[in-house]
Amino acid sequence: MSIRRRLTLLLLAGAAALSLIGWLLVRDVVERAAQETQDGILGAATRAVADEMRGGVEGVEIDIPFMAFSILGAAGEDRIFYRVTVGGETVTGYGDLPLPDDAATLAPRFLSTPFRGEAVRVAVIDRTLLAGGRSVPVRVALAQGNRSRDALAARLSNRAAVVGFGFFLMAAALAVLTARSVTRPVRHLADSVARRGPDDLRPVDRPVPTELAPLVAALNGFMARLDAGADRTETFIAEAAHHIRTPLSALRARAEIALRGADEATRAHLRDILRLTDGTARTAGQLLDHAAVVHRSDQRGGSAEIDLARLADDVVRAARPLAELRDIRLTLDVPGPVILHGDRVPLEAALRNLIDNAVKYSPDESEVHVTLRPGATLTVEDRGRGLSDPPEALMRRFARGANAGDVLGTGLGLSIVETAAAALGGTLTLTPRDGGGTCATLSLPS
Amino acid sequence: MRHALSALLILWSAAAAAQSAFEIEEERLFDAPGTAVVRIVSTTDTDLFAPIVTAFQAANPEIDVHYTTAATTEVHRAVESGAAFDLAISSAMDLQMKLANDGLALPAPGPADWPRLARWRDEVWAFAQEPVVAAFAPRAFEGMLPRTRSDLIDALRRDPERFQGKVGTYDPNRSGAGYLFATQDARQSDTSWRLAEVMGGLDPRLYASTAAMLRDLREGRILVAYNLLGSYATADGFAGVEMLDFTHVLLRTALVPRSAPAPDLGRAFLRFLLSPEGQAAVAATGLPPIDADALTRAPHLRPIRLDAGLLVYVDPLVRGRFLREWTEAVRQP
Repeated sequence: MSIRRRLTLLLLAGAAALSLIGWLLVRDVVERAAQETQDGILGAATRAVADEMRGGVEGVEIDIPFMAFSILGAAGEDRIFYRVTVGGETVTGYGDLPLPDDAATLAPRFLSTPFRGEAVRVAVIDRTLLAGGRSVPVRVALAQGNRSRDALAARLSNRAAVVGFGFFLMAAALAVLTARSVTRPVRHLADSVARRGPDDLRPVDRPVPTELAPLVAALNGFMARLDAGADRTETFIAEAAHHIRTPLSALRARAEIALRGADEATRAHLRDILRLTDGTARTAGQLLDHAAVVHRSDQRGGSAEIDLARLADDVVRAARPLAELRDIRLTLDVPGPVILHGDRVPLEAALRNLIDNAVKYSPDESEVHVTLRPGATLTVEDRGRGLSDPPEALMRRFARGANAGDVLGTGLGLSIVETAAAALGGTLTLTPRDGGGTCATLSLPS
Repeated sequence: MRHALSALLILWSAAAAAQSAFEIEEERLFDAPGTAVVRIVSTTDTDLFAPIVTAFQAANPEIDVHYTTAATTEVHRAVESGAAFDLAISSAMDLQMKLANDGLALPAPGPADWPRLARWRDEVWAFAQEPVVAAFAPRAFEGMLPRTRSDLIDALRRDPERFQGKVGTYDPNRSGAGYLFATQDARQSDTSWRLAEVMGGLDPRLYASTAAMLRDLREGRILVAYNLLGSYATADGFAGVEMLDFTHVLLRTALVPRSAPAPDLGRAFLRFLLSPEGQAAVAATGLPPIDADALTRAPHLRPIRLDAGLLVYVDPLVRGRFLREWTEAVRQP
């Protein structure tokens, strides 16, 4: 799950919880306030009734003040019940109205109870009156239905719910904005890293929030190590190739010298040695090419103006001696200067490997045509053994065609060409040629 | 489509009392080719109410109406004892209020815009408003009819011989409406007590009904009739005088009793009463329909408030005490 989504959900959940808690609190306060309001009015009305009770010679005189009931009635459309007891006997009102057990003398006592199918609030006041020469306990109970109280509380808490929901909506909008703003640096960093080529190992230098700094530092350190590793590998391969080629040259020279004075059987052996030595030297050269091309493309190395026609000419010229050894006609067809911008080293390696490959796999006394077309498309056509495997498979490192046979090779050639082409922003395609052989096309952006 | 009124007239039917412990005055079945019957108990005279029933049946031809009249206290007792009525109509607002307060009325939804003063919850609905007026024999006042209670007190005091035994009012001991008027008078001002005492000094005649009071006024047995229903006075050819210090307005109310055998029919009749057609039918009988604006326009009109305050005067102790005081004031030795 994305950080942004998680953050948004967390903030939303928090906002929802806070809104809900807020609403519950307001509802609680509203209910208490409504209850206290009801109790205030009910208590005052009960006291008004109790105050009208008088002791007398004949007994307790009771008069219920009209206003007491009227005020309770005017507060809403609530039902009203009452009960007056003198000495424990109900003298008027609703004899079955529930009363609290304990006495309420100074302040009214309140009781919530169902009565006649409705929830009511009962207020009770106890008094002692002197009647007929002795003191008589008198209880006055007044009850009011809870309808208007509940309606008031519901109205207010509904309003609170609307306000709470409004708060939630605002908090939700804020949550979305916050999550977006918090994750923006992460997204930008990810974008800038993703936009790089797979081989771009330069350190990330854009400013990032402190929380991301360790990650970026680690990333940069990692990339630096990777880079250094690549450098070391290249250096190692280059040195290794050099160290192999030098003794090989010496070995070749000695073998040639030995060839002059040897008998027929020994000459055959010596020629094999020469052939193997040449193959090994080539392999060393290709390893060097490969290392150079990979390294160059990693580094997105220098960019210069290159005339592809001249470069192709140089490479063909260099390959001719080897071709002529086997009576292979190597032709070059160029329309004139073809200028492109890029790194010369991989381009040269690509051309060399492409042409060497064609020569290598061509039968003796055949032809290899190198054609350059404007728009920077170079084709190399041979009458070699053709494609035994899918081109992609052949372009893999150390992959050789099933029909390579006894031809010495490393399986690096096409891989070098392909890597170089990619580094230059071009493509390499291999197609079978009518009448046998292969046509390799290197398309480069001009 | 007019249907014949099949009148089933049983006057002072003692037989009906067998149904329960209340007395009825008159029963009539308004027979439509109906399949259902709505049973109404009411304090309003059958003849006065008949056009309203007719209008109802014009809109609802399938409903028979069984109309029973009784005194206010008897209507109250009927509902209290669970008698089989679908609608209880009464001019005794306090008793109706008491029934509803005690949970003996069923909810009956009415028009949402019905004036607040003419309803209590959706249980008690007022369908007519009547000023409580005084009526005078003009010859006794030489054209200068009293417009306030103080005027009336002055007139009575000025010429006690002329008014001796010629003043009539409701007897709150015998009439529920009379009791309601007297208590509301007493609540409203002290002038009422003074008036009661002045009338008491003149050996007043006490009546149980507006009709009887008007009859004696018409026949010259009394010169002053105090506290009577305006619509009756008008119907009888007297200009009811609305006292300018204050004039109570009585609301005729209806409710659907909890014991109703067919509460939905009761509700249907109630809905009709409150509908524009029903209110027009009410107006056609001479009963003033509900008009909250009229009450605001006339500052002396005090509608009797339909709320729990009315319960006070229903309390037996309060009632006994009030009647004792009133009787002492009016029945002077």
